[in-house]
Amino acid sequence: MTLPAPGIDEIRMKAAPFPKRHFLSVTDLDPLEVAGLLDLADLFVGINRQRAKKIDLLKGRTLVNLFFEASTRTQSSFELAGKRLGADVVNMSPRSSSISKGETLIDTAVTLNAMQPDILIVRHQASGAASLLSQKVDCSVVNAGDGQHEHPSQAMLDALSLRRAFGHIGGLTIAICGDVLHSRVARSNIALLTMLGANVRVVGPPTLIPTDASRWGVSVIHDLKAGIAGADVVMMLRLQVERMQGALVPSMREYFRLWGLDREKLALAAPGVKVMHPGPMNRGVEIDSDVADDLAVSLIQDQVEMGVAMRMAILASLAARLDNR
Amino acid sequence: MNAPPAPGLIAFQNARLVDPASGYDGPGALLVAEGLIGRVSRGADLTDLAAGVRVIDAGGALLCPGLIDLRVKTGEPGSEPKETLKSAARAAAAGGVTSIVVQPDTDPVVDDPAVVDFILRRARDIELVHVYPAGAATQGCAGRGMAEIGLMHEAGCVYVTDADSPIVDSRVMRRLLAYAGGLGVLVAHRPADPWLAAGAVATESEFSGRMGLAAEPVAGETIMLERDIALVALTGARLLVDQISAAAPLESLARAKARGLPILATASINHLTFNELDIGDYRTFWKLTPPLRGEDDRQALIEAVASGLVDIVVSAHAPAPPEEKRLPFDEAAPGAVGLQTLLPALLTLHHEGRIPLLRLIETVTLAPANAIGLAAGRLTVGAPADLILADLHTPRLIDAAELISKSKNSAFDGRRLQGRVLMTLVDGRVVHEERDVP
Repeated sequence: MTLPAPGIDEIRMKAAPFPKRHFLSVTDLDPLEVAGLLDLADLFVGINRQRAKKIDLLKGRTLVNLFFEASTRTQSSFELAGKRLGADVVNMSPRSSSISKGETLIDTAVTLNAMQPDILIVRHQASGAASLLSQKVDCSVVNAGDGQHEHPSQAMLDALSLRRAFGHIGGLTIAICGDVLHSRVARSNIALLTMLGANVRVVGPPTLIPTDASRWGVSVIHDLKAGIAGADVVMMLRLQVERMQGALVPSMREYFRLWGLDREKLALAAPGVKVMHPGPMNRGVEIDSDVADDLAVSLIQDQVEMGVAMRMAILASLAARLDNR
Repeated sequence: MNAPPAPGLIAFQNARLVDPASGYDGPGALLVAEGLIGRVSRGADLTDLAAGVRVIDAGGALLCPGLIDLRVKTGEPGSEPKETLKSAARAAAAGGVTSIVVQPDTDPVVDDPAVVDFILRRARDIELVHVYPAGAATQGCAGRGMAEIGLMHEAGCVYVTDADSPIVDSRVMRRLLAYAGGLGVLVAHRPADPWLAAGAVATESEFSGRMGLAAEPVAGETIMLERDIALVALTGARLLVDQISAAAPLESLARAKARGLPILATASINHLTFNELDIGDYRTFWKLTPPLRGEDDRQALIEAVASGLVDIVVSAHAPAPPEEKRLPFDEAAPGAVGLQTLLPALLTLHHEGRIPLLRLIETVTLAPANAIGLAAGRLTVGAPADLILADLHTPRLIDAAELISKSKNSAFDGRRLQGRVLMTLVDGRVVHEERDVP
């Protein structure tokens, strides 16, 4: 099934001006490009809610999902996005390939490159890995998370969720709470949301906030209640359980008491507050189920839905450029 | 490349002599005879030269002692594809470095007099530059039991160090300093707190935080240096602080020196040239240990070299092949090659007017010679004729692919530098000569 022609044309027109070959970091984008991508994603949200979700914008294109780190959400989101656009999608993960036999990242990339994929979607545990790959291959590279550096498609889908919930992003007070230090989602969101004019607070214990984060154009608050007070959006981050070992926080129960989001703390936020979480959640560690599952305040399900549409917009925009290279 | 090794008579006329031992920087001439410096003339050219002397009109080029590099890694023994003693010696000769001190963290570790012998024998066979082994301070560079410092010293090691492994146990460090000090052996130690530096690949800063790189604070260097200073005060032994890299530990060093403690310090040419921003787009050639610090730290380091607070500059030559560098930043090996770029990179500080030429040359000749007790490093009659003739001004674009080292991981790749080594002499033998030397 394909959409009627005007739909495709509108998509083609919106996708065409995107000037980048790769999608590596939100810092590569300007506000106009971000707005263009969000507009395009809005169209895809509509398409995704139809019974016939498939269009042939990327017909004949090959997408490779190269995930060195386990991922359910992001990988399936990119896979669905690619398939709904009509591309052939190949999933690769370390356990099923020669990556576990000592082949280096670049060897793997060069090998894949020789198979002429159009877009390589990469997740890797090392910061800068996607950027390194992009220097060695001919195809477009999408960063699906590199170490503790960036997760730009997540920040874009968060922006899409926010724009749809509030109608705008500029002027919103957004509290990003928890383990900011180890979070690529936080880094991408801080860069993107400050660029779009939001007032961003980072909130967490000093051991989980990066050095000199106050110089990133955000305010740093070491008290969850103060951090949430008056906020329009509370974005909770996942706490990796292994952080307990590094003497970063003493215990799960202390963490939940001081830094976990529950009704009582959320009541301090602005009326109409929305709660976000990039997933997967640790219920009872950084967020109470009561809050996470309340559809009146939680955008968490929206984030997942927006993820597919946003990634379709990113892939469609990169593919539009592939046509012109 | 392999010029006839017979020690001949060579006279350099019309040169710019730079001799840190006498503090002389001016026109002059010098005669090499029997592998030694035979005559030195300050001012006028030498006259009454015998027949058979090769006379070189230096045309005002720099004539100074050959460079002495106290911190060089090769891959021999154990990782020869990285770099052999021979390839390192060839790179050294081309870079005007006439003595190299090789680090003990090889495979096997140089913690046994037999391995010291092996390296010295290999170096003799290569017949290019002087190669001196540094011995391990502890067995296997593991920081626990002391290595056979006395026997290795007899066999010819010039100082002891665990190279990049910090000696964490303060009691071991105390005993090591006391024991080695009693034998008159210098101990070198790179100050780093291994827990603060655990997993770190960059210096802790706003920049590395944005890049999502695990980072170590400068405080780790300061903490370990303060401990070492306290142990020097306790034992009275000499310590060589290996590669100090930031402003805060320099303050500790200044206080220790003001107290008259027998402490020397080195800085690497990389930390005098680059700062943390050079790792830019995760470029692994700039991944070093210690990590590149902030610009304020680099400026403080330059001031410290100028003032003499930091005594010695090293290349910190550390070859790493592509399979160890073409990796994500977290996973890549640290280190950069530097033997061939040490002199021109140092000269940048001269051309920028930051440090006088005489002082710069001292940091790589007389100061390291005195630290490990070599007769070289000076333009004194009777001293070994380890010399270089160098042009100070020729601009060059460094192309890592053209470097002699087997590994091409140069942090200076693509950088514009000024200065070129025209001739290198070791014990009066010409071990490197450019085509256009008269």
